[in-house]
Amino acid sequence: MPIDLSLILVMGVMYGVGVYLILDRTMTRVLLGLMLLTNATNILIFHASGAAGLSPLYDKSIDPAAYSDPLPQALVLTSVVISFAVTALLLGIIYRSWLLSRGDAILDDYEDQQVAAKGAYDPEEDAVAEFDESEFDSNESTREREFAAFSQRRQQAEKKLEERKEKKAESTQDRQNQEGERA
Amino acid sequence: MGLILLAFLAIWLCTPWLHRLMGHKVFYLLAAFPAAALVFVLTKTSQILGGTPWVESVQWIPELNLELTFRMDTLAWVMSLLVLGVGSLVLFYCASYFEHSTSGVGGFAAHLFSFAAAMFGLITADDFIVMFIFWEITTILSYLLIGYSRNRLSARRSALQALTVTTAGGLAMFIGLVMLGQSAGTYSLHELVARGPEIVDAAAAGQGPMSWAMLSTALVLILCGALSKSALFPVHFWLPGAMAAPTPVSAYLHAAAMVKAGIYLLIRLSPGYGEVPIWHSILVLFGAFTMLFGGWVALKQTDLKLILAYGTISQLGFLALIIAAGTPDALYAAIAMMLAHSLFKAALFLTVGIIDHQAGTRDIHKLSGIYRRAPRLFAVGAISAASMAGLPPLAGFVAKEAVLETSLHELGTGDTFALLDLISTGAIVLGSVLTFAYSARFVWGAFAVKPVSYLEDASQLEFCDGATIAQADRKGMSPDTLFHPVSPSFIAAPAVLTLLTIAYGLYPEPVHKWAASYVKPFGDYELHLALWHGLTPALFTSLGIITAGVLLFLARRPVEEAQKKLPSWPAASIVYRDIIDALDRLAVWVTARTQRGSLGFYLSVILTTAVVVPTVVLFVKETPPLANIQVKVNPAEWAIAVVMIIASLVVLWARKRFLAILMVSVTGYGVALLFALRSAPDLALTQLLVETIVMVAFVLAMRVLPRNIRTEKIKKNSERAGRTLRVVISVGFGLLMMALAMFTFSSRELDPISLALPKMAYEDGDGMNIVNVILVDIRGWDTFGEISVLALAATGVASLLFIEGRGDRGRERNLDTTAMKRIEASFARRTNLSTEQRVAGAFSNVRRDPFIVAGRTLPPERRSILLEVMTRLLFHTLIIISFYMLVGGHNLPGGGFAGGLLVGLAMAVRYLAGRGEELRAAAPMSAGTFLGLGLGIAAAYAFFPILLGDPAFTSYTLEWDMPIFGHVKFVTAVIFDIGVYLLVIGLVLDVLRSLGEKVDQKLDENRKARNQKKKASSAGGQR
Repeated sequence: MPIDLSLILVMGVMYGVGVYLILDRTMTRVLLGLMLLTNATNILIFHASGAAGLSPLYDKSIDPAAYSDPLPQALVLTSVVISFAVTALLLGIIYRSWLLSRGDAILDDYEDQQVAAKGAYDPEEDAVAEFDESEFDSNESTREREFAAFSQRRQQAEKKLEERKEKKAESTQDRQNQEGERA
Repeated sequence: MGLILLAFLAIWLCTPWLHRLMGHKVFYLLAAFPAAALVFVLTKTSQILGGTPWVESVQWIPELNLELTFRMDTLAWVMSLLVLGVGSLVLFYCASYFEHSTSGVGGFAAHLFSFAAAMFGLITADDFIVMFIFWEITTILSYLLIGYSRNRLSARRSALQALTVTTAGGLAMFIGLVMLGQSAGTYSLHELVARGPEIVDAAAAGQGPMSWAMLSTALVLILCGALSKSALFPVHFWLPGAMAAPTPVSAYLHAAAMVKAGIYLLIRLSPGYGEVPIWHSILVLFGAFTMLFGGWVALKQTDLKLILAYGTISQLGFLALIIAAGTPDALYAAIAMMLAHSLFKAALFLTVGIIDHQAGTRDIHKLSGIYRRAPRLFAVGAISAASMAGLPPLAGFVAKEAVLETSLHELGTGDTFALLDLISTGAIVLGSVLTFAYSARFVWGAFAVKPVSYLEDASQLEFCDGATIAQADRKGMSPDTLFHPVSPSFIAAPAVLTLLTIAYGLYPEPVHKWAASYVKPFGDYELHLALWHGLTPALFTSLGIITAGVLLFLARRPVEEAQKKLPSWPAASIVYRDIIDALDRLAVWVTARTQRGSLGFYLSVILTTAVVVPTVVLFVKETPPLANIQVKVNPAEWAIAVVMIIASLVVLWARKRFLAILMVSVTGYGVALLFALRSAPDLALTQLLVETIVMVAFVLAMRVLPRNIRTEKIKKNSERAGRTLRVVISVGFGLLMMALAMFTFSSRELDPISLALPKMAYEDGDGMNIVNVILVDIRGWDTFGEISVLALAATGVASLLFIEGRGDRGRERNLDTTAMKRIEASFARRTNLSTEQRVAGAFSNVRRDPFIVAGRTLPPERRSILLEVMTRLLFHTLIIISFYMLVGGHNLPGGGFAGGLLVGLAMAVRYLAGRGEELRAAAPMSAGTFLGLGLGIAAAYAFFPILLGDPAFTSYTLEWDMPIFGHVKFVTAVIFDIGVYLLVIGLVLDVLRSLGEKVDQKLDENRKARNQKKKASSAGGQR
């Protein structure tokens, strides 16, 4: 199978530039890199057709080997349209992220960093647990007591939260009043 | 047997509901079912003991040779007596045990009940994959049952521990069984056993499908599963943990049934593989150690349940030890012992349950005088414990006699396993002494009157009956523990089990028949269960064991002291937790180093791997030859290539966003030209259209973003190094891809499959455009998948922009825009009119023409008359060409994709000329309707042939004569193409709507808000 150096060279440059771009932190450049990679891959698949032959439009008198290989063409056609859809979706994401955070950068994932910062201690697995010597000693009354303590704690927490909200509302109102006076 | 399982399944599903209806009495109903099944199984007694197994078989997955085969031979039959009988009794007992509990009992009842079914399935399944499924079901049910008290940390943790340990073992077993089954060519357990000796001999001789090492590995893996299920050292620790389960569960799962699954498998496989040394020695060594270890630790326990739990571990080790020899006699003794053990251990657990229920504690330091409070319970407990200790005339004694006889006999033969036999016999004798001692300790601890000094502190007196404190014996004996009277129905289940223990001891003949019936096919046996054999060595050994056991019990105080003083090695459960803990730490460490949350980091790792591994493979081992590289192909190609390379490189340095986009588009158009030059008209067309629409979409989306792409300033050395790495990876990747492409293409030797495609396309697909026929016919599924992705992506774009839904409901045309109002207002005032505004005003009155009403939708300064005129000229032409492409695509370049994209382009032109209102006017339906219709038509086309009995995506050719057109040929694949066409239109519409119109609206809103603010601030300034 003949190898067409011009196609190979273009493909290589587009792969290289594409990879450099997708390693960027700017979303736009990542998308551009992705588009270059798609085009490079299309060239790669297309090159598998071998030497250029006749257009794959059937004619009885033509030997099958005289056509350009139609199979890679069908595959690339699929890829071209799909990559359009993917590009559009990424454009939507870029726009939304700009709307939300005024940023075009891919930030490090906060959740992942939290996971990394987490210790190995897990109360469910590692807390000290006593072996119970009866199934009936922690009877209903103690369980009720536990529940009561729990709901009390929750009420307290809710109360605190509300207080904080009120304080916040007050302070913003104060600020607005002050601004109004200044104006 | 299938019937029994199905009945169980039906009842299981109704159980929670029945519990709501009947309360704790539901257990009586549930107990009736295993009892009925037991009666049913008993009707098969004579057939099965006669040596004809009861077999049922249903095809399940014929492709995998998987059959639901259930086969009940004597062993399965004996096991099912245990499973169903003890199951029924335990469920009966539960009614009293859970009389006062409310929460979660319905689910508990369902789990316990279904456990009986799962266990029944496990012992009757012949196909070992089916058996493994039941095996794992019992594991899961055990997990759920141990964790019954969800609010107790210890219960949750024990449940998880049991699950982890037994599943790990089960997995190992599965691998072992598959290794064995795959080599033997059968997945049937009984065939695997029947052919066992043959396989072992072949492996020993170095022939056959399995090497000796492989056979040994498979057997060790199977042992892992059996030993973990049956809680042998070193994975025994889950069993004491499992005592967190309600006591009936401990009695059933962790004494009588589930832990016997491992023993069952050992008995099942031993006739085939017992001769393999590694099997034998593992069983002897681990069995012996477990038996001694369990007995020793049981002597230390103060919780009655834990005494029994370690006792069970010890007994399971004992059983494994008996089976190890693998002779018919050994299996005979093992079956006898297993039955005896299940009877007394279940009864003892149920006894402990009653004590716990009535006294509120299981601690032997807190219980005192129970024997006079509940004499009948005492009788039950004492008799069962005596059976465990091996006292005549009970089941335990009879079975142990058989074991001792076998063991002593083996010792006498002096074969190759002499040392192991010695260890085995020694462990059995020593272990039996320990068993006697902890049995006595159990009875004493549960029922006896303790000295006050034994109660460690005064708080334990809270469990004592107030009235009896005063009457406390002057000799320093403790008062009796407060104990509620035991109802007859509560004690019934352990009482029945105890009666069976006595009956077995007095008349062991039936058990003899069962055991004999199982071992007969595997060779001669000499044993015969009986209460009195005469003055045999076994009897004297028994006497010796009893004497030593009594002494050990009497010396319990010194023994306890000694146990306390001995340095104790770390408990296995602690070791297990440390291992799990280390695993956790490792996981956190690895996560912290690999899961950085940085996309660049992940991609660098992936890409570096993608570069390094193929490079090494390509150049280190064997480099294929490079051949036939053509440099001078076509000067035009070279020209395009150079332009594309330059454009790609410019993207790297482009700071301006639009310049970068334009350069990428140049490469895209370059690709289209290359396609065209190399005889791919469909591709060139599609690529050209896509590239154009992508560019429009890009510009539309990017207009809100700042003009320049923000570039990071390189300051630190680490950043500089990072960039160098990026360059290295990129260059490496580009070079590698070039090399890979060249080497791959040079290595092609065979003719491509496509040589057959042209003929196929024409003759079968009735189309001359081969690429199109491939898309809509030959690879129809592929295209169908692709258009589904398109629909998803379109919906994704729409929902990213519109957030709440697709935003394409309602299509009313509202021309009263702000721009219009402004113009009309200025006309009314007739002042400050610029030339443009005057022109625009003239256009704004054209109310009759609905086509391109930009005059009424766009502010005059943003209109382009040129574009409007162009649109008027182009729009209809494009639509008509697209129809032509769609219909003619089967024979000429074009097709659904190209046609749809062309319509999309027409829409884009119209949008640019007149903004969103114009776009809505242009499309006859909403984008969502286009997508749905397209996908619907494609799906209908795909599945319609199935109705006619053809495979999906079959295309038909219809031919008929028409007056003007003449002979017409219609290929139904065009219908599929119409679906594609509509869907692509929907996709482009969605993109234009979202990135175009919606962003327009947002910009308008922002502008308005800014103006208002400006106005407000200027007004404020004036004030």
